[in-house]
Amino acid sequence: MAVFDLPAWAGLAPALILAGTAIFLFLLDSLSRRSMSREILAGTATAGALASLGVAVWFTVAGVGAPGMENGHGVITLFDGGNAFVGDGLFVVDQLALFFMIIVAVVTALVAVASYDYMDGHAHQAEYYSLLVLAATGMSLMAAANSLVTIFIALELASLPSYALVSILKDNRGSVEGGLKYFLIGAVSSAIFLYGISLVYGATGVMQLDLIADELAGGDVDPYGGLLGLGILMLIGGFAFKTASVPFHFWAPEAYEGAPAPISAFLSSASKAAGFVIAFRVFTTAFPLEITGDVIGVDWTLAFIVLAIVTMTVGNFAAATQQNVKRMLAYSSIGHAGYALIGLAGLTADGGELVMGAAMMHLLVYGFMNTGAFLFVALAEYWGVGRTFEDYNGLARQAPLACVALAVFMFSLAGIPPFGGFWSKYFLFTGALEAGLLVVAAALVVNSALSLYYYSRLVKAVWIEDPVVDRDSLGQPTGLYAAIIFAAVMTVLLLPGFGPVVDVAIDAAAAII
Amino acid sequence: MMIEALIGVALLGALVTFLAPNRIAGKLAFAISLVPAALSLWMFTAFDGSGNALLDGELAFESQLEWIQLADYSISWFVGLDGISLPLVVLTTVLTSLAIMSSWTPIDERESQFYGLVLFIEANLIGVFTALDFFVWFIFWEAVLIPMYLLIGIWGGPRRKYAAIKFFVYTNVASLVMFGAFIALVFGLDVSSFALPEITDAMLNGGPDGFLGVDGTTLASVVFVAMFLGFAVKVPIVPFHTWLPDAHVEAPTPASVLLAGVLLKMGTYALLRFNFTMFPTEIIEPFVIPIATIAVISVIYGAMLALAQTDLKRIVAYSSVSSMGYVILGLIAFTQFGVGGATFQMVSHGLISGLMFMAVGVIYNATHTRMVTDMSGMADRMPVAVGILIAGAFGYMGLPLMSGFAAEYFIFFGAFGSDLLTYAPIFTALAMFGIVIVAGYLLFALQRAVFGPYHLETDYEVSRAPLHDVAPMFVLLGLIIALGVAPDLIFEMITDAVDPLLESATGGEL
Repeated sequence: MAVFDLPAWAGLAPALILAGTAIFLFLLDSLSRRSMSREILAGTATAGALASLGVAVWFTVAGVGAPGMENGHGVITLFDGGNAFVGDGLFVVDQLALFFMIIVAVVTALVAVASYDYMDGHAHQAEYYSLLVLAATGMSLMAAANSLVTIFIALELASLPSYALVSILKDNRGSVEGGLKYFLIGAVSSAIFLYGISLVYGATGVMQLDLIADELAGGDVDPYGGLLGLGILMLIGGFAFKTASVPFHFWAPEAYEGAPAPISAFLSSASKAAGFVIAFRVFTTAFPLEITGDVIGVDWTLAFIVLAIVTMTVGNFAAATQQNVKRMLAYSSIGHAGYALIGLAGLTADGGELVMGAAMMHLLVYGFMNTGAFLFVALAEYWGVGRTFEDYNGLARQAPLACVALAVFMFSLAGIPPFGGFWSKYFLFTGALEAGLLVVAAALVVNSALSLYYYSRLVKAVWIEDPVVDRDSLGQPTGLYAAIIFAAVMTVLLLPGFGPVVDVAIDAAAAII
Repeated sequence: MMIEALIGVALLGALVTFLAPNRIAGKLAFAISLVPAALSLWMFTAFDGSGNALLDGELAFESQLEWIQLADYSISWFVGLDGISLPLVVLTTVLTSLAIMSSWTPIDERESQFYGLVLFIEANLIGVFTALDFFVWFIFWEAVLIPMYLLIGIWGGPRRKYAAIKFFVYTNVASLVMFGAFIALVFGLDVSSFALPEITDAMLNGGPDGFLGVDGTTLASVVFVAMFLGFAVKVPIVPFHTWLPDAHVEAPTPASVLLAGVLLKMGTYALLRFNFTMFPTEIIEPFVIPIATIAVISVIYGAMLALAQTDLKRIVAYSSVSSMGYVILGLIAFTQFGVGGATFQMVSHGLISGLMFMAVGVIYNATHTRMVTDMSGMADRMPVAVGILIAGAFGYMGLPLMSGFAAEYFIFFGAFGSDLLTYAPIFTALAMFGIVIVAGYLLFALQRAVFGPYHLETDYEVSRAPLHDVAPMFVLLGLIIALGVAPDLIFEMITDAVDPLLESATGGEL
């Protein structure tokens, strides 16, 4: 496909485009602070995200990252100085990386479009968009990071702008509080994660993921099993924070609730996906199960099995009791982290690539349906209708189209046909069954059935209930509407169009396992 | 591509109608719904029933397209028609058009949303009756729930929220049970796709090897029961019927027409497609007596419940439980006339119950009451609507020359001579007793509501119904009589499809 041969560093183009966009936004702002219009800022951010998306899709289609392909189409590794310390390179652009770059870019584009209306009248427009794109850059890099060092740097690059974004509504107490909580827990988690890295480094003497695996296979690490085990546990803690999994989930409801709703969408979809790609890469590449199990004496998938079940159960039960729509979505996104964790829990089995591929597909579908759901909340906040289920009553009378989209998101999140969420949950279910994780599969089904209760409650509120108060006619902000409708259309279209997604995800998973 | 066209027109029509202004939505939806109706009638005339759904040979209007390949299993877009599904597809398209016309009067708010949902249901119902891949089928099957939930929940009666949730939860939980069971079965079978013909073939030639430590025969039996329960809720049969009267009574008339006319047939159709022709008779045999018992109980108990009601709509709703009991009896008889008659009864009941709900709806629109005790002498004020109601009631009672008679006759005839069902004559005789109760409650209700002096006290002017309320009922009545006079209009094509299925399931001992 490639018309001309690109240098190797161009493999990181999806992330580099985002970085360039962020810097360009800073420049724009500093050049003419006063005359800068929202259209240009939101437009630039969106264009950057779409360009990143386009390149990532192009790479995927062209076969970049597919193992075994030559001439710059295969897996691209970067910064592989050829010495023993950096091994296969600090970054790697493979199918897995591209898959998650696509998710990040899609969510970023949706959020940027939606922010155009949501951030109307806000003081720090340019800062907002550049922080958004900068965080997206970090997440995109997380997808390609191939060494514990680059992973940590990418993680922080994604996290620091996120802290600021959550608390960007400086006059809003919830926003500041959420941001502070997010920052404090984030800092602690970073410390834990970093400590985990140092322990792994202490045990193996290397940072690069492939080299860690080599060291483990070499047998030199055997005496340090306990040290390594502790390190792995701490790494898991770091991921658990980033993906809002139990027990590091406490920040999520507050941060999502306090943050501007598009940022909640961004964090709960893109940031979560980025957390998962690191987990997938670290645990498949650096700690292959058969060797690591011997060294540390435990099967680390056990931790993920427990984590998956606990996370989905806690998330769903907490979501079921909420009165506030945004909190309900926040807890439900914790539940969905539990579903995606199945991908890590089932790696042991023969069909490991199936389970992991299913988790990747779920994160992709989730990128549309969950972003869409939070953007609907953004729309409701834009209208100023309030935050509880009761406040949403009867919205369908005034905004039927947006409410159709909401129904699509809700039923898709619950995993009901004919929406994309049905496939991804079904594949997780069969994946878990094939991997022999009966308990996990059962927990998935029970939790899905439970989740229908609170998702349908929101549908019931907007469609069936009568409004409590008389509302004036509601505006139709173009950007928010466009983003929501697009997300809904994609959530529906992913059902008939799932074939290629399945192929890409399974191939990517198979390549890395 | 004919089936895709049917579904596509309905789906696209749903979208167009949803976006159209309320003022024209009703007429627009009706015009759009005529397209699938005309198409399906053309398919009816051009039908070639030589192929069979679950066995060898190509079906009419079949099309298959690779969709998703996951590990060892492939999922494909696979649709086609045989003599069992075609009458039901025609029933769906025709009844949708008529239901849309009959809702012009009662639906007076959020019209474009209402008609959009009705067309969306139509598309999914056609999908259910034509899909031949389990996943395609299941997606349509579940997708029916959402619009029906909204139809009941938004436009229903006073207890609509309760009824809508109950309907949704009941049928969705049942679907999950059925879904899980079926997936386990496929995992246990040596198949590479979810295509129903392939699964049927594997089931009838060897059955499952077992899954997760459960041996094949047990697995098949458990799946049979789980699927039966899943479909039984949809049918519904006693004791899973409690959602039905609630849903029916609260639903707006057109939704009731579709619910009773077509949605209930999803359950019996699925029983026929999955439980009774996919599993070999060895698996079915132990369950024959219990199922026949449940069928007879449904017939008698449903009729008794109807007898006890004073709400005209409730009476019609409960009578569906009883009519569906006949269908189950016909299916479990496992004879040409039994299964064929059951299919015939699905169509017949769809027409008759649709007619009855429309008639009750028209009377309710005029009087604003459905209580039999409040009404009297309606025949004087609304002669046409009441006349149709009486005709429909006669159809229900199984008067000769109406489709109900033919259907029940086939079923009783088939059940009486069943080889599979021990004590078949006793079960049949008990079920036949249901006819007496049906006649009892219908005549009782009519006598109180329709005849006698007029004494209804309302603020409304009770007068004749407008033409567009009555016209769809005349069409239905015409179809009921046509099928009653000449059952072979569809019965021949039904038996053409049923015979090879029975033959393969019984190993040629039909």
